[in-house]
Amino acid sequence: MQAAALLFLAQRASALVLAPLVLVHLGLAIYAIHGGLTAAEILGRTQGSAGWTLFYGLFVVAAAVHAPIGLRNVLREWLGLKGLGVNLVLVGFGAVLLLLGLRAVAAVTGI
Amino acid sequence: MPAGISPFSCANGGGRRYSGIMSNTSSTLDVRIWRGGEDGAFQPFSVPRQEHQTVLDVVTYVQRELDPTLAYRFACRVGMCGSCGMTVNGRPRWTCRTHVETATRGSDVLELAPLRSLPIIRDLVTDMTPFFEKWQTAQGRATGSKTRADDTQKIDPASPRRQAADAAIECINCGVCYAACDVVASDPDYLGPAALNRAWTLMNDDREADRAGVLEAATAGGGCHSCHSHGSCVEHCPVGLNPSAGIAGLKRLSLLAMVGGKI
Repeated sequence: MQAAALLFLAQRASALVLAPLVLVHLGLAIYAIHGGLTAAEILGRTQGSAGWTLFYGLFVVAAAVHAPIGLRNVLREWLGLKGLGVNLVLVGFGAVLLLLGLRAVAAVTGI
Repeated sequence: MPAGISPFSCANGGGRRYSGIMSNTSSTLDVRIWRGGEDGAFQPFSVPRQEHQTVLDVVTYVQRELDPTLAYRFACRVGMCGSCGMTVNGRPRWTCRTHVETATRGSDVLELAPLRSLPIIRDLVTDMTPFFEKWQTAQGRATGSKTRADDTQKIDPASPRRQAADAAIECINCGVCYAACDVVASDPDYLGPAALNRAWTLMNDDREADRAGVLEAATAGGGCHSCHSHGSCVEHCPVGLNPSAGIAGLKRLSLLAMVGGKI
């Protein structure tokens, strides 16, 4: 399997997932601020919600796949950094995004 | 190197003297030409304007009348050979078919430099080796399977694949798209629009015997997936090709092949 093609597919597929999630997330943030929801009120809606767990869980996974691939392209093209070392650092970056993101999802949803 | 062909109609380099020059421009051009190698500099020249003057005419005038040491490359002068590519006022162009009027856009300043992203040999001459090596890396060469004993393969000119190949086949290898591409400029591994465009024609050529090999070469690191679809190649291609579309086609084929477990 070609790594370049796989990374290309993974970045596009994750973008496809992220696009609607980001829009909903932004709309939600604006709604929450305009509506004057308190943190307690927000948590009251998210705690134990399977729907929000799925929504933000998917968001985090897609972002953890998408961002390191894009960053890899930036490092390659702008700074000329390439090779196994850079790839490993980026895998680590993706893992950090995934862990921090899932931890936040767990905290907000309580699941 | 230029020899034996004069784009000017008389020996003193004057030719027909500037009747019909655009009224809002002066009778001389302020020409600045890159001299030397990578660490060279622009040298100014004053060149008389002529009606229907091409950028290549200007360069030839400079070499014949002002400085015979100027190095530049051309051959056919009619837009077929692809050897006269240069950076003209910041844009990569074929110089034999670019009118000065088009390139200067009403000004009297003409700045000429070698094509970007290629090593400079001297003055306006670049080393095209990386360009053609990448052409080979992309497996941009036909692989046959027939012998002279076989019948000629019948190709339906109206078939979609042949039409796709025909739309991309007229590349003259001038390197203008390569110089125009920002990905080529920032990623030395990127094969570039011309090489991938050639791979795309082969993928659509029923006579090509190693399409799997072409797709693998065009899909590997530095291949079609490095393209950001900026479209500079389309914008600058002097013969009006659309390498971006071909590269998008290669991406499509590679994803289908990957999903099908073929690469």
